Amino acid sequence: MAEATPAAGPLPVVDFLKIPEAGDPYLEGHRCKKCSAMYLGAREICAKCSVRGEIEPVKLSNQGELYSFSIVYRSFPGIDTPYISAIVDLDGGGTVKGNLVDIEPDPNNIQFGMPVEVVYRDALGRKDKEGNSYLSYFFKPRS
Amino acid sequence: MSDVYILGIDMIKFGRFPDKSVAELGAQAATMALDDANVSIQDIEGLWCGNLMQASNMVGQQVLRQIGQTGIPVVNCANACATGATAFRDAWMSVKAGIYDLVLAVGVEQMGKGLLGGAGARKGIPTEGLLGSATMPAIFAEAGMEHARKYGTTFEQFAKVSVKNHHHSTLNPKAMYQIETPLETVMNAEMISYPNTKLMCSVNVDGAAAVVIASEKKAKELGMSRAVRVKASVLTSDPFTERDLVMPDVNTCTRLGASKAYEMAGVGPEDINLVELHDCFATAEILHYENLGLCKDGDAGKLIDDGDVALGGKTPVNVSGGLLSKGHPLGATGIANLYEVSTHLRGEADKRQVEGAKIGMTHVIGLGSACAIHILEKV
Ligand SMILES: [Zn+2]
Repeated sequence: MAEATPAAGPLPVVDFLKIPEAGDPYLEGHRCKKCSAMYLGAREICAKCSVRGEIEPVKLSNQGELYSFSIVYRSFPGIDTPYISAIVDLDGGGTVKGNLVDIEPDPNNIQFGMPVEVVYRDALGRKDKEGNSYLSYFFKPRS
Repeated sequence: MSDVYILGIDMIKFGRFPDKSVAELGAQAATMALDDANVSIQDIEGLWCGNLMQASNMVGQQVLRQIGQTGIPVVNCANACATGATAFRDAWMSVKAGIYDLVLAVGVEQMGKGLLGGAGARKGIPTEGLLGSATMPAIFAEAGMEHARKYGTTFEQFAKVSVKNHHHSTLNPKAMYQIETPLETVMNAEMISYPNTKLMCSVNVDGAAAVVIASEKKAKELGMSRAVRVKASVLTSDPFTERDLVMPDVNTCTRLGASKAYEMAGVGPEDINLVELHDCFATAEILHYENLGLCKDGDAGKLIDDGDVALGGKTPVNVSGGLLSKGHPLGATGIANLYEVSTHLRGEADKRQVEGAKIGMTHVIGLGSACAIHILEKV
């Protein structure tokens, strides 16, 4: 059996992170044309209004605001803590969960509704069994 | 349609029993419930068994191997943390529908210690700590922080829930812990996921609870003196909401369940004398005061500050000690809640008795999501 060789560039950490041949990476949502419900990942049927075949891909904004968060001090073995687990509402629709970075993980520093920006960086050095590296998304405070 | 009754109900003391099998724990609770109803397994027409972690192992049949293989139908049921309540409800439905007159529901679970949370990635790389956290303490912390965002709920108010429930469990010999935890102890405990400290997370324990359910005809025949009437039984799943994809919504399915349960029982929140609700984390209990209509939206913090939900208050919540201190053996929890409320309605709750309790409510949430709500009434 041939040895698996790592891909040339980083792979996306989730299917809804798109890495185009040319241009910058972005997050992709899927919006229902009938009721405007927004999903992460392609689908046939809308879970909100049950319409079929009316879901279209849309490019999500890289700007948003912090909706809710937790500061995680205890996680699964091998996961570095503390870190901020954040729920972000993106401008124009779509809610995404990820790490809020470039800010001290202290509740006094973090404000609900604070403007954040989606940034694309290596996935904390994590590699899969084949040695592929991954591109992830993070949130950082926007001034 | 005639009413359906809880005729016998009991639970084992929650704890850690690594030397027992899940079937042995379930069998223990089942025989206790049969004895409480003063009936034999030979009288039982069907068994509904709730268990989550060994859902593919035919646990209900294993229980019958311990207590009597009578050939009755057995349904094994798994519905996350609503597993026990779902087993009870489906058993209740069989009697309500007139199929059976006397059935048994068992909820049982053996748990390991440690964090519960989402499974690892099926492909690619693990995303825990990379795309936020999928651990249960973090998910319920984020849900609590949503409440803080809307209403200014404080870390201290969330912590007070744990102080209350740990205090209640000092009066419950069947709870895992009987230890007072003052506010500073709760707030200074190891921070797991802000704002939930270790003492604000439910305890993983082994446990089992069981209940004998009877038709009105059968209950009258066997004696109604300690029977408890099931006034409402409701199960919901999570309707579509905007952020449910990344932030499991335990509020909407609870609100939907509560309104259906109140309607079915013909009562309102003001009629409820005690509530056992799903305090898997201290943050969650605060949300459910409002979701169940115990107070107006935004008043949950005030409710805990004023002591309205403590034993002796207007609507005592989790007098058993709750999942936070009685313990949370997933599949057993739903039936253990029904045991607690039934015990108060029977006037048998000893030191923690809610005086004059006539109507009580139970509530559980299985993340993913399932919400089960029951309203019970003293006969
Ligand atoms: Zn739609």
